[in-house]
Amino acid sequence: MHEFTPGHAIAGGILIALGLAVMLIGSGRIAGLSGIVAGVIGLKRTGDRGWRASFLIGALAVGAIFEVAQPRTFDGSAPHPMWLVAISGVLVGFGTRLSNGCTSGHGLCGIGRFSKRSIIATATFFGIGVVTATIVGRFGGVV
Amino acid sequence: MNLLAILGGALFGAGVCISGMVRPSKVLGFLDFGGAFDASLLLVMASALAVTVIAWRIVAKRRLPRFATAFPAPPSQLVDLRLVGGAAIFGVGWGLSGYCPGPAVVSLVSGVPAVFVFCAAMAAGMFVVELRDPSSRDD
Repeated sequence: MHEFTPGHAIAGGILIALGLAVMLIGSGRIAGLSGIVAGVIGLKRTGDRGWRASFLIGALAVGAIFEVAQPRTFDGSAPHPMWLVAISGVLVGFGTRLSNGCTSGHGLCGIGRFSKRSIIATATFFGIGVVTATIVGRFGGVV
Repeated sequence: MNLLAILGGALFGAGVCISGMVRPSKVLGFLDFGGAFDASLLLVMASALAVTVIAWRIVAKRRLPRFATAFPAPPSQLVDLRLVGGAAIFGVGWGLSGYCPGPAVVSLVSGVPAVFVFCAAMAAGMFVVELRDPSSRDD
């Protein structure tokens, strides 16, 4: 397990939110990442795929710099077997689109304006996330 | 190319890398109350929320965004099964692997096979909703 890293957590949190704030104040967009990904890969012909793709390109470019300069930024492997990771991915994709938001869209942008929907969604996915991770953690090494 | 969005994405990408959100082992260190508890994720959320609250206050004081024609409409008040059920399903997925959409996509650059599996599966899950309901929007 990892140590408590308050300095990195606060600095990183501020940067994450600045990225969202730039989009909100500059272009009036709520830059929820599940919506951005769905907009880029999705079927919609809304014509605003461009800014979403640009956002992902910016994020991936900086991620690539971290990968080269500080490879320990990323985990070298998943914490669980591949089949569990695949199930997790389907649930994350399906659930975030059903509820129209994820950690960034509901958790940061939505709660940032005290949206009732976002507060309820975030409380739900955090609560269920804790319960799920705690149960799976008890079976660590077994699954 | 949208330069503003590239800047926004770059800031976001740096944030998820520095904060540790791209490490599922660290995220699970917060979500798994049975393990060695790591409260870092709570500070990520708290510091980020402080910034987004200020951002919305700035929005409230302005008539128009600098590079666009409108700010988002006020949030919907609708709380239904779709919202809560979707969030619950997302919570199960997040708790299983420790990946949420943004950090997972940024982690593709690490070349770790599990990240590609996660993102492909996530895209499939999103696609199912899009097929059934192409009108789904962002909050």
